[in-house]
Parts: sequence; structure tokens; C-alpha cells
Amino acid sequence: MTEAGAALDARAAAEAVARASYGKLVALLAARTRDVAVAEDALAEAFTAALVQWPTSGVPAKPVAWLLSVARRRGIDAMRRRRTATDSRQHLELLAEEAESRMDDDIPDERLRLIFACAHPAIDRGVRAALILQTVLGVDAATIASAFLVSPSTMAQRLVRAKARIREAGIPFRVPERAELGERLSAVLEAIYAAYSEGWGDPSGLDSRRTNLAGEAIWLGRLVSALMPDEAEAQSLVALMLFAEARRGARRDPDGNYVPLGDQDTSLWDNRMIDEAEARLMTASGLSGDEGIGRYQLEAAIQAVHAARRVIGRTDWPALATLYHALALVSASPAVAVSRAVALAAIEGPRAALGELDRIAPDRRLADYQPYWATRARLLADLGESDAARAAYDRAIGLERDPAVRRFLTGQRGAA
Amino acid sequence: MQYALLIHLDDAPFVAATNEQRDQMTAPYMAYNEALIKAGAMVSGERLKPATTATVVKVRDDKTEVLDGPFADTKEQLAGFYIIEAPDMDAAIKWAARCPGAGHGTVEVRPVWQTR
Repeated sequence: MTEAGAALDARAAAEAVARASYGKLVALLAARTRDVAVAEDALAEAFTAALVQWPTSGVPAKPVAWLLSVARRRGIDAMRRRRTATDSRQHLELLAEEAESRMDDDIPDERLRLIFACAHPAIDRGVRAALILQTVLGVDAATIASAFLVSPSTMAQRLVRAKARIREAGIPFRVPERAELGERLSAVLEAIYAAYSEGWGDPSGLDSRRTNLAGEAIWLGRLVSALMPDEAEAQSLVALMLFAEARRGARRDPDGNYVPLGDQDTSLWDNRMIDEAEARLMTASGLSGDEGIGRYQLEAAIQAVHAARRVIGRTDWPALATLYHALALVSASPAVAVSRAVALAAIEGPRAALGELDRIAPDRRLADYQPYWATRARLLADLGESDAARAAYDRAIGLERDPAVRRFLTGQRGAA
Repeated sequence: MQYALLIHLDDAPFVAATNEQRDQMTAPYMAYNEALIKAGAMVSGERLKPATTATVVKVRDDKTEVLDGPFADTKEQLAGFYIIEAPDMDAAIKWAARCPGAGHGTVEVRPVWQTR
């Protein structure tokens, strides 16, 4: 093999190991010291060393164990440099102990503990998703920042602060006990769903960083559901994300125009993703016991009803109305109420649906919630109240950031 | 690790209470102290006299300024603290939640900077 070929192989091997094991390695390196930043730095040095050594010495038989042992030695060095002698003695002992143990293939998977530490209630809710993406997947701060639409320096600072907090406040790397698991798992799932939603927010698919983010979120969801196979909500979240992801390509026509869900060409949906989503939702229904049906299971069930249009050729609105009603009971939000009004319009007509919107109108959060105004506008138009409809369309258009959706709403306004 | 549990609450009801009522109000703290000691988690703990007795001191340009009143002019004031030994934040949060002060005030959990 040529030298260049060996280097390429080594790089490919290192990247493959990084992809599959990054989070595992960070979790192992940081679990006892709770020092995520030192773990990441040590791991980065280990990967650099791999790229230097593997092309000449060949890829080791156990690349993950190789990286782990190099990273551990670097981690110990870093601790020595950084901390005062008395302060670090305990950490050094722990690390040395770790470095000597378990150098074979059965490297335990501690990623779940890492994820729970990142989504701990003592960590700012707004940074949890980014923190998980970085520590488990190794996504760099600049990429996360661009996906979350904040400046790289702001994101880097938030991540540094959150990691310092894990270390200084003694946030444990632990899967919570049964009694508190429900609430803590919701925080984990919420963070993953937040990452997915950011990635979903680029319907044109032009921004690959955001499209990738959706993929990473699904990957994380699969990971959590694989590590906690008995959790209905974890399964349901993956189902929910897959149902949405399956429709990614159908959200715009070839000219880049917005296509509402009800008008999408179902042949453009990804059947394989929908099949997996349905199977996961089925598994979840078998799992949700006495704790009742959770938020993600209801949301996934709603998506399943929409997805069923590919088979039965129509949308089962009464089923949607029932599911939205149930969802409103577990997660009261204006978004759920607006969706329920849409279902009501299909069953009982625009007058009843408008009554539903009037009922929630005092909620201040609706003032800048585009779907509320767009729905209101359409209902008013259906009732022939053109002036009021156009005024509501104006509100909706003013609130919408996506130019394709704005064009769609402008077209609707013209027809009102 | 050591954590400080800083108890912030409105101490006006205690100030206005009769001696008998005060005993009733402090009884849960006695039980809590016992629990901390039995678990080996108690490092220290003190109850502070009402915020109306507080004095703030600062030195600026070599001049000592002394003012009556607490540091912050808020309804809820620092009323006492515990220093506890706990393996991690989750354990400290559990102790904070059991603290009687958490039921009618707010308990702030702060890791203690380890110097020894």
C-alpha cells in the first residue's frame, strides 16, 4: 500500500471509530471526574495521535481501546498541569485506576449517564440539546451554533459554562432512579426533540448543517431508545421524528413552493421511515402502562393518522380531533389548541372551529404564533368574511420567516 | 463534596409569632438536623437572627461604611444555612428538598470550594 493510501485508511478508520465511539469515550473519560472539557481535550489529542501513528503502525486491532488508553494518559497529564497537587491527587488516583482496568473490547456504554448529566435540571434548559450534541456526537461548537442560529462565540461560551457547571456543582453521571426517571427522561427527550426541531426548520433543505442536525437528533433518539428499550416515550419520540422526517422531501414542490401537509404527494414520502415509525409506535403502545399515554406517544399517533393517508387516501379528522383533545390534557399549549381547531373545522365546519379559536384568543402567546393567524384567516375566508380574513392573513404573513410559506399565505390572502 | 444549603425565607411570621408558635416552627428543623447527623451528612449549620438585626459593612477608598439592614432589600432573606457532605448534586438536591425551609421559602444549593 502507498503511504498516502495508508494515511487515507487511517483517517477513515479514525473517523469511523470517532463516529461510533465518540460519546462512549467521553462518557467513560468524564464519568468519575465529571470533567467533560478535559475528557474532550484528551480525546482530541488521542485522535490526533491516531492520525500520526496509524498510517505507519497500522490500525490497531482494538482501535477504541487504543484511543481510550491514549486519552486517559493525556487526561492524567492535563489534570497534573491544571490543578494544584493536593486538589488533583484524588482525581489522578481515579484516572490511574481507570487507565489500568478494562483495556479490552468490552468497553461499557456509559453514554446514557452522560446524556442524563447534560440534561440535568441544574443545567440551563436552553443549552442541554447543544451539550448533548457536542459531548455524545462530537459536533463542534461552530456547527451547533449555526444550526441553532446563534453566534459561534455565544454557543462556545454557553457550552463551556455548562461543562464547568457539571464539574463544579458535582452533577452526577447517573441514570436516575425509578421515582424521578419520568421527569428526568422528559428533559432528555425534550433536548433531543429541540435539536430535531431546529434541524426541521430548514424546509428547503439547502442548509446541510441543519438537515444534518435532524439526522443527528434521530440518531440520538435511537440511541436512547436502544439503551432504554422499555421506555414508551423514548420509542415514541423516535417514531414522531421519523414520521416528520419521512415527509421532508414533500414539503416543497419542484419550484420551491410550500405544500401544506394535506396537499402533499404521498408518493414522495419515505415509506421505509414511516414503516419504522409505525413499528416503534406499536412497541410504545405495548409499553405504556399505568403511567398513561405520554406526550410523544400522542404526537406520534397524530402523525400516524396523517401518514395513513398514503394507504386510505384520506385524513381521519375525527381521530385527529380525539388525539388533539387527549394531547391538550397532557400538554396544554396554544399550538395544540390551534391544531385541534383545524381538526374541528374538518368535522363540524369553520364556524365551530372559529368558536374554538375565540375561546383561546385571550392567550397572549398567540399574538405572535403564525399558525393561529393563518388558521383564523382561512376559517374567516371560508365563512365569507373577507375583510377580517385578509387582516388575519396580514398578521400571519408578517410573522412568517420562511419566504415560501409567506408566498403561500400571500396567495391565499389574494383568494380570500 | 460539600454543599451549602442557603435558606432564604420571609422571617416576618417568625418574628411576630409567640414563643409557643416559635417552638412549633423550629421543631421540623430539629428533626431535620437529626436526620442529617444520623446520615453522616451534617458538617455544620446555623440559624441566623432576623434580617432586621443585620448590618452591612464595606470599605471604599480606605473608608469604612457601615449601614443598617441586610445586603439585599427583599422580602425573602438569608435566614440560615447548612454545610452538608454529599456525594453529588443529586444527593444535595434531595437534602435541600427535605429541608423545612424549602416548604415555605427557597433553598439555594451551592457547592463549597474545596480548599483542603
